[in-house]
Amino acid sequence: MHRSLAPVHAIGHGALRSVAAVGRAGYLGMDAVRALRKVKLWGPHLLSQMTRVGVESVPIALFIATFTGVVLALQASYTFTGAMPLYFVGTLVGKTMILELGPVLTGLALSGRVGANIAAELGTMRVTEQIDALEALAYDPVAYLVVPRVLAGAIMFPMVVVLANALGILAGWGTSLALLDMSSPEFLKGLRLFFEPWDVQFSVIKSISFGVTVTAVGCAFGFHTSGGAAGVGRATTQAVVISSMIILVLDAFWAATLLQ
Amino acid sequence: MSIELVNVHKSFGEKKVLRGFSLVIENGQTMSIIGASGSGKSVTLKHVIGLLRPDVGEVWVDGENVARLDQASVYRVRRKVGFVFQFAALFDSMTIAENVGMGLERMETFSEAEIRDRVESCLQRVDLGGYGNRMPSELSGGQRKRVGLARAIATEPDYILYDEPTTGLDPITKAVIDELIMRMADDLGVTGVVITHDMESAFRISDRIAMLHEGKNRVEGTPSEIRANEDPVVKAFIEGRPELLETA
Repeated sequence: MHRSLAPVHAIGHGALRSVAAVGRAGYLGMDAVRALRKVKLWGPHLLSQMTRVGVESVPIALFIATFTGVVLALQASYTFTGAMPLYFVGTLVGKTMILELGPVLTGLALSGRVGANIAAELGTMRVTEQIDALEALAYDPVAYLVVPRVLAGAIMFPMVVVLANALGILAGWGTSLALLDMSSPEFLKGLRLFFEPWDVQFSVIKSISFGVTVTAVGCAFGFHTSGGAAGVGRATTQAVVISSMIILVLDAFWAATLLQ
Repeated sequence: MSIELVNVHKSFGEKKVLRGFSLVIENGQTMSIIGASGSGKSVTLKHVIGLLRPDVGEVWVDGENVARLDQASVYRVRRKVGFVFQFAALFDSMTIAENVGMGLERMETFSEAEIRDRVESCLQRVDLGGYGNRMPSELSGGQRKRVGLARAIATEPDYILYDEPTTGLDPITKAVIDELIMRMADDLGVTGVVITHDMESAFRISDRIAMLHEGKNRVEGTPSEIRANEDPVVKAFIEGRPELLETA
């Protein structure tokens, strides 16, 4: 091949690999939907996966939410002072936490914690032939490994996000009282001002989609890992990067479709 | 009951691994498939339980063409086959007993007590009685392979496929594994297919030996027939003399 064609070859090769990866992920998705009926295989593992995906993610989610709430309150006060009544701090903290930062920051943090964990675990199982061993023992590995993880993501992400939203708002409230010379009635007035119950539903819908994304992408990259330890590392990194990108695209998609 | 591969072709991308491989393994036999590293021995074995499907050709197990079965039927065939993986492939988050009991759990016909008893009896059969509560990380390479064997025999399969069972083991442990493979054939009457490039082991345990070379069945026969074979490719391999290949 002529040297000048090398970049074209590399781009073409990369494009083909990407299409193949999307195709494999699509097949895995279809297999996972079909495997939903094999409750005996995934059922016993659902609770433990919910613990790993959800309960064990609560500390990092709450840590992020706390400081997000603090910063939101301080920045709102900085922006509004002299221009708008300070009770709008409550409005901004509440709206922003529930509609945007609660779900998105939690989703991104959990793509690093949960998605990487799943990709590394399944990737290691793949390269050490444990997934082949499951198949040899007549277990459907998609039902056994993928379904409980994705279901756990769909169930637990919204719960973690609701907790994160609540703590972020509480942190913003505390900051307003301690540092901004605001009173609780003022903050609560702002919080209630533009509050819609739909905002919480929107947050939950978003976080379900993020939960499915993070766990499914982690499973897809882990399940199709090849190339030993280096392959596991590559799969883990790709799972985090791709799921983070999909989260941001979904974030825009939900805003465009559900907030109009 | 037998295993039969007919004109199996398999490629991975540009790489053609099997190019018309055929082999018949009769019931009750222990057949060793020998060949150089990367010649496609493990790929052949994975075709037998449908972990891989041939691009062309047929793979018959007990009168069923695994290459054409739907997924549910492939799982049914797999229940008749035990597979011992090269590096044991034990589930590292489970105890030894849980590993050995996995196949039994899947069958859904045994009570917990029955599974416990069967697991312990399988572990005793591979001389690892009392190891059930340990984790795979606590065992040596040879012990892990024996646990892999115990897991494979727990469901009392008709066939056991061994993927390089003695690779990387010291001579004593190799002899122990060979002894176990022969014991499985004699005591349980199972049909065995052993992938190996350890000729000493192949001659000791096999009823028949086939050599996979360049994707095809180069030669097949009893151990004494293989020893007497004059094909330079076969001779070079079994005697470890690459210089003979120059005359091939």
